[in-house]
Amino acid sequence: MSEIPGDLKFQKSHEWVRVEDGGRARVGISDHAQGLLGDLVYVELPKVGDRVEAGAGCAVVESVKAASDVYAPVSGEVVEVNEALVDKPETINEDAYGDGWLFAIRLDDPDELDALLGADDYAELVENDEH
Amino acid sequence: MTKQTILNATHRAAGAKMVDFGGWDMPLNYGSQIEEHHAVRRDAGMFDVSHMTVVDLHGARCREFLRHLLANDIGKLKKPGKALYSCMLNERGGVIDDLITYFLAEDRFRMVVNAATRDKDLAWIGMQAAAFGVDVRERPELAMIAAQGPNARARVLALLDADDRERVERLGRFAAAEARGPGGMPLFVARTGYTGEDGFEIVVPEHNAVALWNALAASGVRPAGLGARDTLRLEAGMNLYGQDMDEDVTPWEAGLGWTVSLDEGRDFIGRAVLEKQKAAGAPREMIGVVMEDKGVLRHGQRVVTRQGEGEIVSGIFSPTLGKAVGFARVPAGAREGLHVDIRGRELPLRAVKYPFVRDGKPCEGI
Repeated sequence: MSEIPGDLKFQKSHEWVRVEDGGRARVGISDHAQGLLGDLVYVELPKVGDRVEAGAGCAVVESVKAASDVYAPVSGEVVEVNEALVDKPETINEDAYGDGWLFAIRLDDPDELDALLGADDYAELVENDEH
Repeated sequence: MTKQTILNATHRAAGAKMVDFGGWDMPLNYGSQIEEHHAVRRDAGMFDVSHMTVVDLHGARCREFLRHLLANDIGKLKKPGKALYSCMLNERGGVIDDLITYFLAEDRFRMVVNAATRDKDLAWIGMQAAAFGVDVRERPELAMIAAQGPNARARVLALLDADDRERVERLGRFAAAEARGPGGMPLFVARTGYTGEDGFEIVVPEHNAVALWNALAASGVRPAGLGARDTLRLEAGMNLYGQDMDEDVTPWEAGLGWTVSLDEGRDFIGRAVLEKQKAAGAPREMIGVVMEDKGVLRHGQRVVTRQGEGEIVSGIFSPTLGKAVGFARVPAGAREGLHVDIRGRELPLRAVKYPFVRDGKPCEGI
């Protein structure tokens, strides 16, 4: 299990969000989630311009084992998607918090971030998950 | 309470991700399912298949009994050691289980049946055997390890007693022999498998299983889990009981017609229904499908055809081919204009002859 970067916020359903400059935020799934899913073989991403709503399904990741919905941790408009995943979905297995990001959005309301878990709380959630 | 094979602690120590499979706590993978898959296709991998049920039949009328019990003809087994793949049907022609039967001696045969169907299989076999005076003995004290891949046989042979090696090396496909393994442990070595690769399935006394597993691992045979087992068997075009067929599906509808022997005068269970369905034409059939679009085929997805609806019974992302393949049960004759419904999108499917992969290579037309 890799270290959980301290600048990330998490949703209980294992998505992470990283706030960037200019009201942008990047979204991905946690290292714990990729570990549970196993080798990823397909990713269905939203399109640039799509709106995503906090808590609603916005992408699908499929591993050798199962298809899994990705729920948006915050609301906003999709401004960029990680096209590299289309041909190399395994990037999520290799680097869930870095090159394995899914998409970036322009945040509607930065206050939504307050409802999410910090890195330590998420680490604890995962810890409890494993027992 | 989930059951454990004798290798359970060994799997856990190797970091396996464990899952419940038919009531057994089994390794799904030891890290990467795809790497385990490739290890079997390119080199050698091994599976703990001790959850499968070994059943020995004893009695002078074994052959007569098996002629009645199985849809394939046990008469095809002429020499001791030879094995036969067959369906065991109910009176409706539905598949109770698929299994392998080994001819050991005229009064002794061995069956290996699925784990998830153990209880009903033993009940059915026992009930049918009574009339033939055949004694049915489960062998729970035996474990089983499948070593598969282009280099698997050589690695297993190197572990055998020198006096047994040449004899086992000469075993043809679908044949088995007894041999001594590391430290003289008694093995039953069969040149069979569920991956489409060459290799052996080895029956070993439970108390020797960990030592055999470790010896294989030390010789470079890589542990592989149920996940890789599923992608390997599907690429190889092999059926999975409970998914591709069950008690409401006949062999004609499950791509298993090749295992049915309608030989003259043999009154096997389910025959009447099979003959009737063959004459009328089975309403459904199982076909191989390939999806060129990105995505994954999975069990239960709806398939749309010009003849009506069907479904994906087994589907995977094929590590060897780099695309999704599967088995679909469709109305008879459906070949053109096939689509699969994945989350509301209809993606085209191509009907193909399977196996999809044989001896490490994609088959023609896939």
